[in-house]
Amino acid sequence: MAPSLCAICKTERALIKRPKNHAKLCKTCFITIFEDEVHHTITSSKLFYPGEKVAIGASGGKDSTVLASVLKTLNERHNYGLDLVLLSIDEGIKGYRDDSLETVKRNAVQYEMPLKVVGYDELYGWTMDQVVETIGKKGNCTYCGVFRRQALDRGAKMLDIKHVVTGHNADDVAETILMNLLRGDLSRLSRSTSIVTGDSKSDVKRSKPLKYAYEKEIVLYAHHKKLDYFSTECIYSPEAFRGSARSLIKQLERVRPSAILDIVRSGEDMARLVPGESSSTCGGTCKEKKTTAPVAVEDDIGGCGSTNSRAPGGEMAAMEKQLRENEASEGLEVDITKTVSQRKDGATDNQKALPLRNANKNSKPITRQVLGNCKRCGYMSSQDICQACMLLEGLNKNRPQIQI
Amino acid sequence: MGDSVPAPDKPTIPITVDFSGGLEMLFSNQKRHSLTIPATDSNEKPATIAFLIDHLCKNLMTDPRSEMFVLDKHIRPGILVLINDADWELEGEEAYELQPKDNILFVSTLHGG
Repeated sequence: MAPSLCAICKTERALIKRPKNHAKLCKTCFITIFEDEVHHTITSSKLFYPGEKVAIGASGGKDSTVLASVLKTLNERHNYGLDLVLLSIDEGIKGYRDDSLETVKRNAVQYEMPLKVVGYDELYGWTMDQVVETIGKKGNCTYCGVFRRQALDRGAKMLDIKHVVTGHNADDVAETILMNLLRGDLSRLSRSTSIVTGDSKSDVKRSKPLKYAYEKEIVLYAHHKKLDYFSTECIYSPEAFRGSARSLIKQLERVRPSAILDIVRSGEDMARLVPGESSSTCGGTCKEKKTTAPVAVEDDIGGCGSTNSRAPGGEMAAMEKQLRENEASEGLEVDITKTVSQRKDGATDNQKALPLRNANKNSKPITRQVLGNCKRCGYMSSQDICQACMLLEGLNKNRPQIQI
Repeated sequence: MGDSVPAPDKPTIPITVDFSGGLEMLFSNQKRHSLTIPATDSNEKPATIAFLIDHLCKNLMTDPRSEMFVLDKHIRPGILVLINDADWELEGEEAYELQPKDNILFVSTLHGG
């Protein structure tokens, strides 16, 4: 094949074929357009305000490394006036996090950003190694997911930062949308499409500036800019990345590359149809989020937590169910039955079926959900005892005899 | 290096193959491999990327989990292939005929941080 020329500059040899529109670009034009598009996402969603202190959830992996690099570049180029900090979570898994934390430490030097590392041991008194020693490998991702979610918020609070950005990309979002679709969980689907979660009521806001960036382009950006990142799999979930949704997304991309952004857009459109939920503003429903989605709505900085929690069935589902038993929210099966029966009532009611279902789902929990603080750890929670403390209680009961 | 020893009378081509994004785990934890591969396949057709992928599975992979690299005899979706730094989609994908001194990079997008 004769080499093609870049569609933009028409002089350099094209090295990249963009999945979203098949455009063939040279390295320089690709890097520029990638950055411009993230800038567009940031400005059109009004993600930041000048002078804002922002923590970048950094794992040392490709997504968070690219996020840190791009944010630094754009902050300087467009004078965002952001005060950027790297925030890393140390789950306490020997042979897994050690190497990637080294990468984050190098990133801190490379990008001239302060780095804060918070460990599960200091926050919870347990490392993941100890958790697995106690409960076994099965279901450990639930603990890790709940702990990490809170750890990022707590780390941000320690730094007096109210905004955490994560490296979630378009593939991650599409994957979450698909999983929620397959679970029949439209309210979660709606929230997972939102670029910003949390509002003035919650202490820490989360956002995903790479929400519209293809994973493929993130990897190519890292490659062509020669960024220093680390790839690994959690030793406790070696099969995690094989989650069915992920495989499906990747196969679809192979056949029809635009599918990924199409799923994201479909998710956003569906979110608009969900009453009381909005893809752009979280409204009052964020309070609800804390209860109905304690485990992993849109979890996390890549790695095991996110992938595993989205893995179908198994321990995770059982654990999630168990976690929700004390809450008013009904099981998925109940919801589905209701919807079906409503539809049976009359074909013309189809339009109403969706709102009714959601009214049911939302109205009950809302009466008993007031965002308060966990009575044990004082951390924000919509329940008396937060998820992390519930899990810790179980763990502490089973702490091995060594403690004596 | 020298993982495959082609028959002495057969022509060979020297190439370098790189693995990253976690794929190096499958290939002795080594990112760069300098290889000498047969210039033609068993049907005397010029060696292509498809031939190379099969060759790597048979001769270079040290980890039994070949499904992390190849699914249904094709490269696993989610693994990017760069031929001399260019997306293989621009170069004919599996049908690309290898040239001496080519650099082929396999980079996985599937692994987390």
